Amino acid sequence: MEIRELQAYANFFFTVFLVFLLYGYIIHLYRSEKKGERDYEQYANIALNDEITDAPVERNPKTIDKKEKGGKIDE
Amino acid sequence: MQSNAALEYDYSVVKLFTYTTILFGFLGMLIGTLIASQLAFPELNYLLGEYGTFSRLRPVHTNIVIYGFTLSGIWATFYYVGQRTLKVSIAESKFLTIMSKVHFWLYFVGALIGVVSLLLGFSASKEYAEFEWPIDVVVVLIWVIWGVTMFGLIGIRREKTLYISLWYYIACFLGIAMLYLFNNMEVPTYLVAGVGSVWHSVSMYSGTNDALVQWWFGHNAVAFAFTVPIIAIIYYFLPKESGQAVYSYKLSLLSFWGLMFVYLWAGSHHLLYATVPDWMQTMGSIFSIVLILPSWGSAINMLLTMKGEWNQLTDNPLIKFMVLASTFYMLSTLEGPIQAIKSVNAIAHFTDWIPGHVHDGVLGWVAFTIMSALFHMAPRAFKREIYSKSLMETQFWLQTTAVVLYFTSMWIAGITQGMMWRAVDEYGNLMYSFIDTVAVLRPYYTIRALAGLMYLTGFIIFTYNMYMTITASKKLEEEPQFRSPMA
Repeated sequence: MEIRELQAYANFFFTVFLVFLLYGYIIHLYRSEKKGERDYEQYANIALNDEITDAPVERNPKTIDKKEKGGKIDE
Repeated sequence: MQSNAALEYDYSVVKLFTYTTILFGFLGMLIGTLIASQLAFPELNYLLGEYGTFSRLRPVHTNIVIYGFTLSGIWATFYYVGQRTLKVSIAESKFLTIMSKVHFWLYFVGALIGVVSLLLGFSASKEYAEFEWPIDVVVVLIWVIWGVTMFGLIGIRREKTLYISLWYYIACFLGIAMLYLFNNMEVPTYLVAGVGSVWHSVSMYSGTNDALVQWWFGHNAVAFAFTVPIIAIIYYFLPKESGQAVYSYKLSLLSFWGLMFVYLWAGSHHLLYATVPDWMQTMGSIFSIVLILPSWGSAINMLLTMKGEWNQLTDNPLIKFMVLASTFYMLSTLEGPIQAIKSVNAIAHFTDWIPGHVHDGVLGWVAFTIMSALFHMAPRAFKREIYSKSLMETQFWLQTTAVVLYFTSMWIAGITQGMMWRAVDEYGNLMYSFIDTVAVLRPYYTIRALAGLMYLTGFIIFTYNMYMTITASKKLEEEPQFRSPMA
């Protein structure tokens, strides 16, 4: 088999593999929302409530405030 | 250290990049209008000796609008959106503040040197990658510094989840880094073999490989400079200006991965009927058509964000700009795949339909999105209301008409050109010589030049409106939450 033919086959199977991954991701998104593990739609509020004083949708546990205040998160 | 009560977002770098967006936007569009006029009126080639010819100015135009106007707009919005969606001020880190300033000044000086080098005729002769190697080195440095500020900001964030816009900014950063490095692999001939000028270099690839790498770069430069970061911009600014949450956050994630997956494979549609392997050409065509899905996924998500709030379209010109930008994104991402179909490409390739396609994307989608983002940021960054709503309306209609004139004239010109090139008489001889097509196309070139002039005039109105907003408009006591105040 020529290298070019190999490249073409590799391309085809790689594409099929990535399609599986992408569809797997869609299923993952909907399943984890259905099970109540995660609410993806709430993240849209990050853009709307974006004042520096607004409460984060999910606070980063390693936030800068923690570093400043000796391990205590500033609420 | 500051306490939360006194904390404010730091817009100093946002302001600097806003100025360069306007400056490079004006210069790029001015040169664009000039070279469009040169195609209709060739005498205009001789205004400035060798520095004013079409061949010298064309790369100056493309480089200024891509790496001047668009990149400045991307960075102005990044330093704004980044801080706000991560809920952290860049001023909280002295190091990041300094790096962001270094980022701006190195970029500004680098961009000026780049423009001058192109004007003087230094060129690596690769489309959209014309900068010679010493400037490439500076570009890489600028890019690394952006990476430091971006990931530095992410490192000190209060918001754990990265908003979808940031995903797109990160993709822009990684995508361009990879593309730029690989396409600019070059050998400085003077240093390696003692031949030619110190500035000069030759590509490390040769023949078809060079063409493939070049169009893998060229097409994905469109992806990662004109699409990905512009989606980042609109995913923040449309919801924020309208006060409406993104219609479906899951769809935004999905179209993100779809776009990443598909876009990188489509570049070979630039080389249909060339010497690259046939399967690769077919793959380029197929992936281009599949690309409609993630592109329309983002665009429809934007339009559905306005669901139930369409009244805003009539009374807020900023919403008008952004909704029209999404619509042009849809048009452009449907037109591109159509051109990538092999049989259509047989007519479209090398014709004026191609710049027509590029410009409904860049003028309608990229520039509209960037200008509306600048308008939205101005009242927050400069603490003054937008100077004039009626000027915005005037600009909107003038530029919308300009875009329509541009792409319709180039559609007609391109298809006419393609048909004339392949027309044969009953004996199989070509019916037209090249100059016959030029004579037929001249009226359309004139319309295109007029469209350029109208778009440029709109940009001058935008510049004036921004200048007056920054210097003379009514001061704001409080930062507006959603809709931008305008007089």
